[in-house]
Amino acid sequence: MSLDQLYQQIILDHSKARHGSGLAATAAPDGASTGQSHQLNPVCGDEVTLRVAVDHGTVTQLAWDGAGCSISMASASVLSEMAEGMTVDELRSVIGNFRDVLRSRGKIPADPEILGDAAAFEGVARYAARVKCAMISWVAAEDALNQAA
Amino acid sequence: MAVVSTPTTLTRALSAMDNAEVLRIRNDFPVLNQTVNGRPLIYLDSGATSQNPQSVIEAEQEFYEQRNAAVHRGAHHLAVEATEVFEDARQTVADFVGAAYEEIVWTSNATEGLNVISYALSNASLWAAQGRGDSRLRDLALGPGDEIVVTEMEHHANLIPWQELAYRTGATLRHIPLDDAGVLRMDEAAEIVGERTKLLAFTHASNVLGTINPVSDLVALARRAGALVVLDACQSAPHLALDVKQLDVDFAVFSGHKMLGPTGVGVLYGKQELLDVLPPVLTGGSMITTVTMERAEYLPAPQRFEAGTQKISQAVALAAAVNYLTETGIDRVHRWESELGQRMVAGLEAIDGVRVLGPAAGQDRIGLAAFDVAGVHAHDVGQFLDARGIAVRVGHHCAQPLHRRLGLTATTRASAYLYNTTDDVDEFLEAVSGVRAYFRA
Repeated sequence: MSLDQLYQQIILDHSKARHGSGLAATAAPDGASTGQSHQLNPVCGDEVTLRVAVDHGTVTQLAWDGAGCSISMASASVLSEMAEGMTVDELRSVIGNFRDVLRSRGKIPADPEILGDAAAFEGVARYAARVKCAMISWVAAEDALNQAA
Repeated sequence: MAVVSTPTTLTRALSAMDNAEVLRIRNDFPVLNQTVNGRPLIYLDSGATSQNPQSVIEAEQEFYEQRNAAVHRGAHHLAVEATEVFEDARQTVADFVGAAYEEIVWTSNATEGLNVISYALSNASLWAAQGRGDSRLRDLALGPGDEIVVTEMEHHANLIPWQELAYRTGATLRHIPLDDAGVLRMDEAAEIVGERTKLLAFTHASNVLGTINPVSDLVALARRAGALVVLDACQSAPHLALDVKQLDVDFAVFSGHKMLGPTGVGVLYGKQELLDVLPPVLTGGSMITTVTMERAEYLPAPQRFEAGTQKISQAVALAAAVNYLTETGIDRVHRWESELGQRMVAGLEAIDGVRVLGPAAGQDRIGLAAFDVAGVHAHDVGQFLDARGIAVRVGHHCAQPLHRRLGLTATTRASAYLYNTTDDVDEFLEAVSGVRAYFRA
């Protein structure tokens, strides 16, 4: 597999224009219940702090701050863009699907119908050392959702 | 078993290594003869783990095929032969670092060696408090008011065992800081290492900065204070002539797998008068003289610290690795790697947006360089290089406090060994020069 299949354009784009980044400067919407999670990958120092705001069962905001490799930053950006407007159950289901694809070592293809832009991370599944990079913000989102519920 | 200077080794000692010789050396290393992602493998991660020459692989295989038996027990032929090669290996390693045979303890790695010292010293504190063991243990015991000193550049393996020793004994852990160039502040060291200091632990050569620390100056500070000296020789023993007696350190540790040997075996050197009085850490078989249902008496070193069945085949293979280094000439290896290290640093410094950690080009360093690429995370740098068949290490290299001191969380590290050519370094530099454009940094 080539480097370009791993670092798809969409990933390189999102790693630069980070959607939802700037947690400290972003106020949570009024009336929403929020949950926040901090995740750290001790191997490489990737770090994400992520907050979800939920209003009547719908994710109204997903804001985050982080430092890390392009895969981890892009995946947080894509997640933030996708999550807003989903119901909590939909987001949980998408997170579950994303995890299954990434942990499959390439055996489960990503379905763009389910994962949207996040399907671009399909190639990461072939690189066991990078799966955690792609997962870190999604794990944080799952944890934050549990706290917001 | 002394190293004999034959005319061949004498000639080699005088001649510098070159790419032609390195390519011949590389043929001895089966794993290096492969392609990765369609490119010939360029292995620049020997600082993490080195590769094994055929002679090392064969030594381990030969042991299992011809001599496998438990050592130091049993009177049968194989047991005798296994014991002989196992103890010959100890002598080979002892000669390599200028130690006496009894002063070489097998561990599973350098980390274990440092932990053995740490736990032996807290056991010394327990024994001294109970009046048990040799009276000299009272001098070795640590307690509140005593200080343990490390440096800010240590690998976690030479930091955490001392944090925990301080916790167990009530002693205080202090550290010698670095300047912005990553050099030890020796002026501060002279203030910090004082009469309260019981132990000074530091690395010979930094696994991140490549710096070679001023061992004799640090040992002099420790001697003035009456403190023990622990030397982390993980990045020096494989790459330069190490003489523990000449350096006058009390303990030194290194790992087999970083010096062409197998994983699972490491070395703890300790001065005999210390090893023989320190309490053991692991207890059980093979390390006792008399055992009753109530208590036991312990053998002197090295068996005192080698409870249970040892890593016999690994020790034998490590001796083969040492022989390989000795035959090549460790001084020649050191000079060659210094040249590679200088080439790396000079080349990296010339690439826009690349910041090299540690000494600048032209200053003394071992054959490794850790660096930061502006706007690109180390993990991405490593992936980019891997796609070109180049293996490097990414992350904090088990030195988080050092990275924090330098304002970084992760860096990329290239580390060379005797099987790397200048062409390897040049291809690596060429690849690094393309990183920022690829990631649009």
